[in-house]
Amino acid sequence: MKGNEDQRVTPLKVLYTGLILTGMLVIIAFISLSLGPAKISLKDILTWLIGYKTIDQTAWMILFKIRLPRILLAGLVGFTLSLGGVVFQALLRNPLAEPFILGVSSGAAVGAIIGIFFGCGFTFGVPLLSFVGALFTILLVMGISSRHGGLESSTLLLTGVIINAFFTAVIMFFITTTSDSRLHSMLFWLYGDLSQSKYVQLSISLPFILIVSGIIYIFSRHLNLIVGGEESALQMGVEVELLKWIAFLGISLITGIVVAFSGIIGFVGLIVPHLMRMILGPDHRLLIPASSLGGAVFLIAADTLARTIISPSELPVGVITAFLGAPFFIYLLKSRGSQWTQS
Amino acid sequence: MDSELILRNVFFRYDSQWCLEGIDFELKKGEIVGMIGPNGSGKSTLLKIMDGLLKIQKGEILLFNKPISRYRRGDIARHIAMVPHEETFRFSFLVSEVVLMGRFSHLGLFPFEGKEDLEIANQSMRLTGTLNLATRSIHELSGGEKQRVLIARALTQRAQIILLDEPTSFLDIRHKVEMFELISYLTLTQGLSVIIISHDISLAAQYCHRMLILNKGGVYKIGEPAEVITADNISMVYQCPVLVDENPISKTPRVTILSKRKESKKEIA
Repeated sequence: MKGNEDQRVTPLKVLYTGLILTGMLVIIAFISLSLGPAKISLKDILTWLIGYKTIDQTAWMILFKIRLPRILLAGLVGFTLSLGGVVFQALLRNPLAEPFILGVSSGAAVGAIIGIFFGCGFTFGVPLLSFVGALFTILLVMGISSRHGGLESSTLLLTGVIINAFFTAVIMFFITTTSDSRLHSMLFWLYGDLSQSKYVQLSISLPFILIVSGIIYIFSRHLNLIVGGEESALQMGVEVELLKWIAFLGISLITGIVVAFSGIIGFVGLIVPHLMRMILGPDHRLLIPASSLGGAVFLIAADTLARTIISPSELPVGVITAFLGAPFFIYLLKSRGSQWTQS
Repeated sequence: MDSELILRNVFFRYDSQWCLEGIDFELKKGEIVGMIGPNGSGKSTLLKIMDGLLKIQKGEILLFNKPISRYRRGDIARHIAMVPHEETFRFSFLVSEVVLMGRFSHLGLFPFEGKEDLEIANQSMRLTGTLNLATRSIHELSGGEKQRVLIARALTQRAQIILLDEPTSFLDIRHKVEMFELISYLTLTQGLSVIIISHDISLAAQYCHRMLILNKGGVYKIGEPAEVITADNISMVYQCPVLVDENPISKTPRVTILSKRKESKKEIA
C-alpha cells in the first residue's frame, strides 16, 4: 500500500485541511467586518488591532455590536447546517438529504410564524417558539418512524416529507391571514434572516454545537461504513441503530437551535457537503470537519452579500445561497459528477 | 474437534410464518461447509442468523461456547466476518480504504488506523491478489475483483469464521474456481472455518468438507459430499431431475441437469 499512502486520510491531513479552512474563515470574517453602509476599511481595522490607531465610538459600536455578532452567528449556522447535511446524506444514503429533510425546519417555521403572528420578540419569544416547534417535529417524526426500536431510513424520509407538507399548509394559513408588517417579518424569517444576531444567541448555541459536533466526529468512521449499507456496517461492528438515534437527535437538536435564531437558510446543508466531497473524497473523518468549516465560510460570505448588495436595504440570506449556490452547483455537477453512484 | 459455532433447535420468523424451523448445526475448526438449497429455502437468512444480524425467536446459538446474544456487535465482528452477496458503495472509496474498513472493530475511540492495521490490510490484499488494485476506485472493478476485495476486507477483520453468501454467482468459470481455491487455501494456511452458500453444487462438492442441504426452512441432509449429493436428494429438493455421477479426477459427486424432454433442441433445417 506504499503508492497510495498520500491518498489515505491521516490525522495530519485532517489537521492541514482544518487549518487551511480556518485561515479562510478568518480572512472572510475580516473582509466581512469591513463591509457595510458605514465605511470602515480593512486597513483601519487591522491597524487598530495592532494598536497603531484608535477608532471612534460609532465605528466600535458598528463593528462589535452589529457586524461581529452577525458574522459569528452566520459562521455557526453555516457550520451546523453543513455538518447536518454531511451526516444526513450518509445516514440516509441519499444525495438529496440535508438537515431540514426530516421536517425540523417546517416545525421550526410554524413555531416562529405563530410567534410573529402574536407579536413576540425576536430575541427570545420567536426563537423559543421556533425551537419548541423543531423539537416537537423531530420527536414526532422519529416516533412515527420507529418500529421495534429501529429507525428505517425510507420510513423516516417519507414521514419527514408528509410532516413538511402538513406544516407548509399551516404556514400558508398564517401568511394568507396576515396583512400588516408582520407579513414582511414572516417572509424574511422563512428565507433566513441574520439581522437579529446577538451575542446571547451565540452563547446559547455554541456549547450545544461543540458537544454534538464532537460526538459526531467520534462516529465519523462509523459513517464511512454505513455508506456501504446498514447491514454490512452492522456486520463489521457498528451499533447502527444506536448511532442513528444519537446522530438524528443530535443534529436535529442543533439544527433546531440555529434555525430558531436564523430562520430557514436553505441550500447550505445540501451544497457544501457535496462540494467538499468532490474536492476531498468520501472519507467522513476528513469530510466532517471540512464541510463544517466550509459551511461557515460559505454562509459568512453569502450573508455579507445579502446585507451589502442592495445596501442600505437587505436581502434574506437564503435568497443569496440559492441564487448563487444553485448555478454554481450545477456547474460542478456537470463538470465533475456527483460522486454518488448506484452500483 | 472443537465446535466454534453451534446452533441448537433454532427457530426464526420475519412475520407470522416460520422461516427456519428446528435447525441443528455445528461448525468445526478449519472446515469448509457448503450450503445449498433451492431459492427461498432460507440459506441467506440462516447465514445472517449465524452472524447474529437477525435475532432468533427460539433455540440457542453458541459462538465459542457463549450465547451470541451476549456478544456486542464489535466482539462478533472480531470472531465472524461476512462476505455479502453484493454490496453497493454509494461513494467511490478506494480499494485500500474499503479493505481497511475491516479494521473497524479493532480500533478504539481514536478514529484512525495505525501501522499494524495497514500491515494487516496489506497482507489481506496480498493473500487475495488485490494488492495491485489498492489505489483503484471500488466502482471501477469487475464483479470478480470486487468479490476478492470484499474477501480481503473480511480477512482484515481477523475473524476465525468467514461466512460467504453466494460469492461465485456473478463469476465466470475461471473466477469461480479461483474463489474456491482461495477459500481452501485460507482454511489450510490461516486455520479459518468457512460456510459458503453456492449454487455450483459440483464445484462446491470438490472443495467442501461437508455439505448442508437446506429445504423449506429445515436441514434436509448434512454430511460429506459423497453421502449428501445424491440424485434422489438433489432431484427431491430442487424439484428438477438430475443425474449424479463421480467426477473422474476429484472422485467427488458431479451433478448433471437433465432436460425434461429427450430432445430439448430442435434441429434447424
